[in-house]
Parts: sequence; C-alpha cells; structure tokens
Amino acid sequence: MIAELGHFALVLSLGVALFQMIVPMIGAARDRAPWMESARPAAMAQFGLLGIAFAALTVAFVTSDFSVALVYENSHSAKPMIYKVSGVWGNHEGSMLLWVLILALFGAAAAVFGDNLPPRLRARVLSVQASIGSAFIAFILFTSNPFLRLDVPPFDGRDLNPLLQDPGLAFHPPFLYLGYVGLSMSFSFAVAALIEGRVDAAWARWVRPWTLAAWMFLTVGIALGSWWAYYELGWGGFWFWDPVENASFMPWLLAGALLHSAVVVEKRETMKAWTILLAIMAFGLSLTGTFIVRSGVLTSVHSFATDPARGVFILGILAVFVGGALTLFAARAGAMTTRTVFSPVSREGALLLNNLLLAVAAFVVFVGTLWPLVAEFAAGRKLSVGPPFFEKAFTPFMIVLAIALPIGTILPWKRGRMGRAVATLRPALVLAVAVAAAVFAVSTGKSALAVVGAALGAWLVAGSAVDLWTRAGGTPARLGRLPGADWGRALAHAGLGITFIGVSLLMAWQVEDIRVANIGDRMRIADYDVTLQAVDEVEGPNYTATIATMLVERGGRQVAVLHPEKRVYPVQAMPTTEAAITSGVFRDIYLVIGDPQKGGGWAVRSYVKPFAAWIWSGCAMMALGGLASLTDRRYRVAATARRGVARAVPAE
Amino acid sequence: MRAAAVLLAAMLAATPALAVQPDEVLPDAELEARARAISRDLRCPVCQGENIDESNAPISRDLRLYVRERLVAGDDDDAVIDAVTDRFGEFVLFDPPATGSTVILWLAGPAMALLGLLIAWAFVRQRPAATSPDSLSAEESARLDRIMRDDDM
Repeated sequence: MIAELGHFALVLSLGVALFQMIVPMIGAARDRAPWMESARPAAMAQFGLLGIAFAALTVAFVTSDFSVALVYENSHSAKPMIYKVSGVWGNHEGSMLLWVLILALFGAAAAVFGDNLPPRLRARVLSVQASIGSAFIAFILFTSNPFLRLDVPPFDGRDLNPLLQDPGLAFHPPFLYLGYVGLSMSFSFAVAALIEGRVDAAWARWVRPWTLAAWMFLTVGIALGSWWAYYELGWGGFWFWDPVENASFMPWLLAGALLHSAVVVEKRETMKAWTILLAIMAFGLSLTGTFIVRSGVLTSVHSFATDPARGVFILGILAVFVGGALTLFAARAGAMTTRTVFSPVSREGALLLNNLLLAVAAFVVFVGTLWPLVAEFAAGRKLSVGPPFFEKAFTPFMIVLAIALPIGTILPWKRGRMGRAVATLRPALVLAVAVAAAVFAVSTGKSALAVVGAALGAWLVAGSAVDLWTRAGGTPARLGRLPGADWGRALAHAGLGITFIGVSLLMAWQVEDIRVANIGDRMRIADYDVTLQAVDEVEGPNYTATIATMLVERGGRQVAVLHPEKRVYPVQAMPTTEAAITSGVFRDIYLVIGDPQKGGGWAVRSYVKPFAAWIWSGCAMMALGGLASLTDRRYRVAATARRGVARAVPAE
Repeated sequence: MRAAAVLLAAMLAATPALAVQPDEVLPDAELEARARAISRDLRCPVCQGENIDESNAPISRDLRLYVRERLVAGDDDDAVIDAVTDRFGEFVLFDPPATGSTVILWLAGPAMALLGLLIAWAFVRQRPAATSPDSLSAEESARLDRIMRDDDM
C-alpha cells in the first residue's frame, strides 16, 4: 500500500512539474502575474510529492518489504539499519529518485527564498528547473520505476553490494547529487537570463551562492568517494581517473571556474557571455556524468545499472537541454557584450586565466574520458586512456594555476603591477623556496613530484595567509572582522595547497611491504616495526570476518594496535578487505590482512603513507571555505541588488 | 566506487586474492620496482578499469608473473611492454602512445589552451571604443564609483 502511495505521488509530481514548466513561462511572456506566481506553490508541491515518494521507498527498505522488486534486489533483513536506509539510493532506481528529489529541493528553495528575485526572472528560473524535473521524473516512470511489485514475494532479499555497506559510501552519493543537481540551478538561471536577454551584477550575485553550494557539495562528495577508495580497496589508492570519477571531476572543475567568473560579472559586469556558457557547460557535464554512469557506454567499473534504453533516454535529455541552451546562447549571446576594460595584469585578468586553466583542464579530462569511445567508432582502435595520460596531460595546467593563484588574489581590479604583487608575496615565496629545499634534502630519490608539489602547496597556503593579512591591513584585530567571503577564499585556496602537498608527498614517498607473515613475525617498514600478534575468525551481523591483531612500534615504543579485517558476505558470496589505518599528521600506517598461505602464515601488506590525511583535510578546508563564503551577509542583502539601483555594498 | 570491478574479479577468481601476492615479489628490489611500475601502466584485459598491479583476476596474476619473468631474463621495460601489447593489443596500454590518431588526444589539451589564450588575449586587448555605449549617466557613474571602492571579492 505504501509503495503504491509513493508511486501515485511520483506520477502526480510529474503532472505538477509539467504545470510548473509551462504555465509560469507563458505567464512571463504574456506578463500575467498570477501565472508567473503559480510557479512558487507548484515548486513546493513538486518537492512535497517527491518527498512522499522518496519516504515511501525508504519505508519499503526499512521494513524490508521484499514484495517490492527493488527492495528484494538490493536489501536483506539482516542488514544493519543504516545500510537499509542508504540502500535506498545504493541502486539505479532509488538513486534517480534521490536525484529528482534534490532537483525539486533546489527548485523549492529558490521559490521560498526567492522573494528578492524579480518576479519574471523567478518564474522563468522555476519553469526551466521544472522542465529538467519533468524530464527526469518521466525517465524514472518510464524506464526505472522503483515501485514495481513482485507477484510472489520472496522470503529474503539479495542484499546490498557489500562494498556499498560502508559509512563513507553511504553518504557519498547524496553529496555528489547535491553538487550535480545544484548546478541545475545555475543552468536554470543562465537559461532564464538568456530568455530575458539580460545579465547584470544582480544576476551574478544570485547565481554565485547556488554555484558555490553546488561546488561545495561536489567537493565533499568527491572527497568522500576518494577517501572510501583509500581505506576500502586494500592498497590505498585514492584516485583512479576512472570514467565515473572523471564524470564528477569535470563539473567540479567547471563549477570552480563558474564561481570565479560570476565574481567578475558581479564586480565588473564583463565576461557575461562566457559565464552563461560556463553555467550551461557545467550542468551539461553533470548530465553527461549521469549518462556515462547510467548507460554503461564507457564500460566503467562503476556503473551498477547498464541498460541501453536508459542510456538513450538520458542522451535524449542531454541533447534537448544542452542543445537547446546552446542554441539559445548562440542567438542571444551577442546582446551581452557590454564590457569594461581591464589590463591583462589585474584581478579580472587573473580570474580570466583561472577560467582558462580550469576550463582547459576540464576539457583534457573530457577528451581523455571519451577518447576510447571516439577511437573505437572513428578509427576502429580499441585502446585505453588511463592514469598515466591524465597525470601527464592534466597536471601542467594545475601547476600553472597554483603558481598564478596567490598573485591573482592580491592583484587589484582593473590594472595592477606584477612587481608590486610579487613584493607583497615575498614571505610566501621565501617559504615556498625553503620548503622546496627541505623536501629536496630529505628526498632520497630524485623526486621532482615531491619538491614541486610541496613547494606549490606551501606557496598556496602562505599566499592565502598573505592575502588575509593584506586585507586586514596588517592589523590582527581586523582579521576577525573580515567578511566571510575573504575568509572563504583564503580557506579554500589554502585547502587546495594542503591537498597538493598531500597528493604529491604521498605519491612520491609511499613505502610498501608485501610478505607472508606467521603469528609472532616482526616486520620492519620504513622506521616502524609491525608485529602480527593474532588472527581470529569473528561473526559479524551479515558477514564473517578474519581479523588480525597487529602491533605497530617505533623505536620500541607502541604506536598503535591495529585490526585489519577480511570479510566475506555470504549472501553475495563476496569478500571485502577492511584495511586498518592509524592516521597521523605526517603519515598514515595502513595494514591489510590477506589470504592464508599454503605453507602457513598470511599474506600481509603494510604501507607507510606520508601526508595521506592532508589530501582530505585540504578538501574539507575547500568545502569549509565555500561554506564561509556562503555565510557572507552580502549574499543575504542581495535584495537591494535586484532593482539594479544599488549594489549591496559590503557593510564593513 | 570500484564496486563492479571487484565484484567481477571476485566472480572470475575462484579464490579471490589481493593483487600482488608475496610469492610474486622478486628478490631483487630494483627489478621488482621496475615490475611494479610496468604493471601500473598495463590494463587488466578482462576487468576493464583496473591495472594488473591492482587487479585480482587470474589473468592479471599471469601477466604480473610474465612481466617479472621477462625482466629477470634481461629485457628492458619497453621490450616487456611491447611483448604484452603484441599479445593483447593496445587496449592494455593505459598510457596510449602518441601515434596515428592518438596524436589528437595528446594535442587536444595544449591546442585548446593555446586557442583559449589567443581568444582571451583578443578579449582583453579589444578596445571598447567600437562597442562602447554612450557616456555614463550620473547614476551609472555613481554605481561605478561604488564598484571601484568595493574592491574585495
């Protein structure tokens, strides 16, 4: 009964979305206020109905209602409660339902908090948002209905893929979707602005918080996924340049470019057409990502639902929305060229460079990801494009970006002087050189990666500190009164630096040890001693585990006692490794227990992973930076910007 | 995220095991390091997204052993990679060589960067005189003033 209720709510929501798509748009064209106004209750109703549908599916999972096919296929009565809940989106149908729910959530948020928007723009934004919603609700109803029943309900389910039964992965998809779908808001604003034929500072001020929020959620989502891979897969890899990872990385790069170019539109009313184009492309890449994951066209290791019918449907959605938006762009972009002048050496120039680098970096990832497909269709070559290509083709752009970034943040608008900027940054430069020298001195091998990565990271972190210090006029007391956006910028840029340091030092300095160990064996790895003390068999709630007890010492002093596990989930007959990690500021120690060996003993893998935690700490800082910028009260006073009379002048 | 890969590997391997096994490791540390580096750039032929160093599939184990065998026999890195490519095609190369149409792949990024730089340069250099609207109104000047003072992000 509850599943039918959810199904009914889903069908109704399609009707509401179609209404919201058509009526306000006509109202905006014919200047009929009530028609335009109808978008707001419709957006809330659409969200409410999808909320009911999602809740109904959640109830089916939580109560283990195996008469629902989806629950039977993806759940099990013995599964812990948290994974019964996360199982709702741990499959194709449920994750698409979450996708449209978040889409409707953003629409409803724009309706509720959109008091300050000009009514016509608001109506058009909500209408475009609803058109995306309609397309995806239709997609769910026609190709991926989560509420289908089984004629004969089985006694128990087939369980969720054990790899997905993990806290890191339970919350990875919702964050990723908040990011993907958040970009739909920027897209809706861009398309609405193209229909209006008007882009101004107020528009940019409206778009930026949505983009910032989307970027922040994407950062968290990607970091969670990468962290999960690090501790779950058993060798500590954190990024694979896999098509599906790239699918989330490309929108992240473009969202990063977009939130910087929106600053230029907001402050200087230039780069408007480019900003609109970025907004369209960023969401276009989100849709491409959805297409890649859902269609299985790239035979990625990720795609848990590969079905040509679904792929074609999403490709159709992609073609209509991106094609339509680009056509509109081609027709209207000419009207948006009013611009102010600026010198190449200026904040605008720096932000333009930022956009260029991020967009080209995203392009490199895009070409690399789709190249195997192109090569097979066009040249009949079956080839692979993997990490070595991306590391070589992508990294140079990040290096240039990192070198330019601190200089860009302290250049003034309009026209600046390079010599002066570099002079201000002298302390950061000195620190970066010192770090480079120190890293070079302790590197045994000739690792350029470690030296360059650490120096750039230090340059970014120290550059952010100089940036903050300069804003505060060199007075510590004024640091606390700086606007949230200043803190946000410094935090996010420093976070990028921290991630740079983590990635490069981990990749350059990792130590690995693979061997057969008997109980009582002592292994030396880097300057740590690891002793295999015991191996036990333990029963978990829905798995059996082999748990090792391993003592880690350094110079005779105990560092940690770790318990790496190897689990077997009988329902899916699938093993997983649960690495045991002790995380430190300067290194992680990462232990994995493998199979028992024929001649006795167990396969044991031990790693010392220097600066591993810095990778995700940096991501957390970037996300916090986004949050700090979002809390900047200047976004809350955007009300004054709407009439185009006064910009919201910072209340400092 | 690599759920399906591990699942596939688990189905292929009767007794699933973790990537490189202790009995595969060469006693010569330098040769082993070369073997690892080569393995990381070779794609497992059956499990799609993984390299043979990380993969659990039996064929990856065979390939890892083969790579080590060749290295011990005295082959250099390129010869080993060529030998594997001869058997499985360029599909196994994660680092596609820039030959034939693949040149486009390698040049796409730099070409786009160059094009972008040219466009950006033209945009910055373009004098606004041609498109400049009429001189600023009093209101617009006041607004411009505020913008100028509003020099933070």
